[in-house]
Amino acid sequence: MFAEYTASELTSIFAMQGFAGLILFSVFVLMALGLAIIFGQMGVINMAHGEFMILGAYITYLTSNLFAEYAESLFSGYFFIAMLLAFLTTFVLGAFVEWSMIRHLYKRPLDTLLATWGLSLILQQFYRTVFGAREVGVTLPDWLMGSYPLTDLIEVPINGIFVMVITICISVGVYFWMYRSRWGGQVRAVVQNREMAGAVGINTEKVDRITFALGCGIAGVAGSAFTMIGSTGPTSGQLYIVDTFLVVVFGGAASLLGTIASAFTISQAQSTMEFFLSGSMAKVLTLLVVVGILMLRPQGLFSLKIRH
Amino acid sequence: MSYGMRSFLPKSDAMKILLLAVLIMVVFPLSMDIFRLNLVGKYLSYAFVALGLVLCWGYGGILSLGQGVFFGLGGYCMAMFLKLEASTPEATAIQSTPGIPDFMDWNQLTALPWFWEPFHSLSFTVAAIIIVPVIFAFIISVAMFKRRVGGVYFAIITQAIAAILTILIIGQQGYTGGVNGITDLRTLKGWDIRTDEAKYILYFFCCIMLIGCLFVAQYVRKSKLGRLLVAMRDKEDRVRFSGYDVSNFKIFVFCLAAAFSAIGGAMFTLQVGFMSPTFVGIVPSIEMVIFCAVGGRLSIFGAIYGTLVVNWAKTTFSESFPELWLFGLGALFIGVVLAFPQGLAGLYTTWIEPRLSQWFKSLRSARPPMPSTTADSRS
Repeated sequence: MFAEYTASELTSIFAMQGFAGLILFSVFVLMALGLAIIFGQMGVINMAHGEFMILGAYITYLTSNLFAEYAESLFSGYFFIAMLLAFLTTFVLGAFVEWSMIRHLYKRPLDTLLATWGLSLILQQFYRTVFGAREVGVTLPDWLMGSYPLTDLIEVPINGIFVMVITICISVGVYFWMYRSRWGGQVRAVVQNREMAGAVGINTEKVDRITFALGCGIAGVAGSAFTMIGSTGPTSGQLYIVDTFLVVVFGGAASLLGTIASAFTISQAQSTMEFFLSGSMAKVLTLLVVVGILMLRPQGLFSLKIRH
Repeated sequence: MSYGMRSFLPKSDAMKILLLAVLIMVVFPLSMDIFRLNLVGKYLSYAFVALGLVLCWGYGGILSLGQGVFFGLGGYCMAMFLKLEASTPEATAIQSTPGIPDFMDWNQLTALPWFWEPFHSLSFTVAAIIIVPVIFAFIISVAMFKRRVGGVYFAIITQAIAAILTILIIGQQGYTGGVNGITDLRTLKGWDIRTDEAKYILYFFCCIMLIGCLFVAQYVRKSKLGRLLVAMRDKEDRVRFSGYDVSNFKIFVFCLAAAFSAIGGAMFTLQVGFMSPTFVGIVPSIEMVIFCAVGGRLSIFGAIYGTLVVNWAKTTFSESFPELWLFGLGALFIGVVLAFPQGLAGLYTTWIEPRLSQWFKSLRSARPPMPSTTADSRS
């Protein structure tokens, strides 16, 4: 299948598809980071994670409309405020969901899965009622438009670079929060031994709530970044949820580094194959390989030596 | 022998099966027109899946979010046979390649793919309906359970498999009929399945199969295997330390649930007249779990009633208030999990059964001497 391309064309195809893969990678990482915190650290399956992401996207959409209407002069910077708002909204909603639903189900992980699926159905219908079934997109400020020519064959879009920068910032932030802050230490302590952590004076309920809310908040930021590269519909979140769970499981649930590595592998494999096969076959092959590897190595790529 | 029989089918369970049989085979056909009855038949084909989930999830503690895969495989096997019968060279004479299904012709295929060939034979098809999904289930479950992967991971992997199969079916339009599925099915061995009479016959056939599966489920539930499953669900390590190979029981019950689902899928194709990827993917698979949860995950009878109730509600609500239905379904998921983990069957055993037995007792004791007590105990 490579025969009809010359060597330099092949290089640029791989470079361009590689870059498309990097954008997909950013979306995966942003979604998977939130999920890795909630699922990897707390063991809670949040099927509504995609809907939290879409909530962030809709908040961004609303903010951009507000700025276009009332503060035209500040429009070029609306995105940062939108991202903050998206984080706050999903954080608060996440805390509420934890308080009202999740905390009653910590002993029954499979039931959490069903309950959060119910939540995702409700949120989807809510979006459909409020924003309509059609997909909406935001208007990008001028400085995010266009693309940057790397060589005469390879061009990279600026909004893609911007999303990647956000991804890197958030990943670094999560890393410091989880592994270098006092709070992250408390979270890891609760994960490793809940009773003991409680006995040494950590408020485990509060840790649970903030952890869950933070995972949701990161999903909101992910959604906000998602609007830069794609349009948002009520069911967009559901399209990504299976891939994201596979990313987290494939990476080894409790390892942030593993999550990033597996997001990279899956997204690169998928986007490179997409050029040569049809999109659906590329996806089928990638998922099959991932499922196959998980059957052989259920603990994922990177794993802590803990049995949950 | 009589003791064995009684422990396999206690009087109360026999009554429940009888009641269910009377309801679906006498009450429904007499009270509904053929259109509604055909809908009930469609619901009952989902009940096979719910029944499998009771054994697999309720008893075995294995939550599969990919039951749609097996439902779909069974349904597609049936549909492939029916489609081949409907696309005789005479019936498809206007195609550029007569004698192959219409969607293949639309996708520029000129010969029947090899895996379609055996589906010319009905006996092969009937065998394949059970065997193909069971082999598939066997491969998945051996790979997972022998490595002691379970619980949440199993749910995620089965869900991913449901997603893969859906994408594959939609993507390979020429071989599978794509997103429309396999439609326009007409006859079974020359017998037109679209007439009202055929629909009645297929409905009763579906009921008989369901009751047959119910007996199998009851047998598994009351056998030593059923008790081991419950023990495993609650304390897997203790069962393992007692010398049992836990994974074999899990593999068996997962394959059994797959076989039930596949039969349901075949019944679905026969009664509804088509099969499409909308019954394979993530959303239908997880909806089938809620049928089981609403009915009561530990009750094989509850699963069937749960399927009927949820589907009836779905049809009624989505006809009149399409917007409200998803809110309702979402609330149902949350409500069942948080407030009624035992589902309808739990409500029955805590509220209705004690009163019923009290009532029976009072009827019996009240007959000869004192009729006055019946009034008190009945209220």
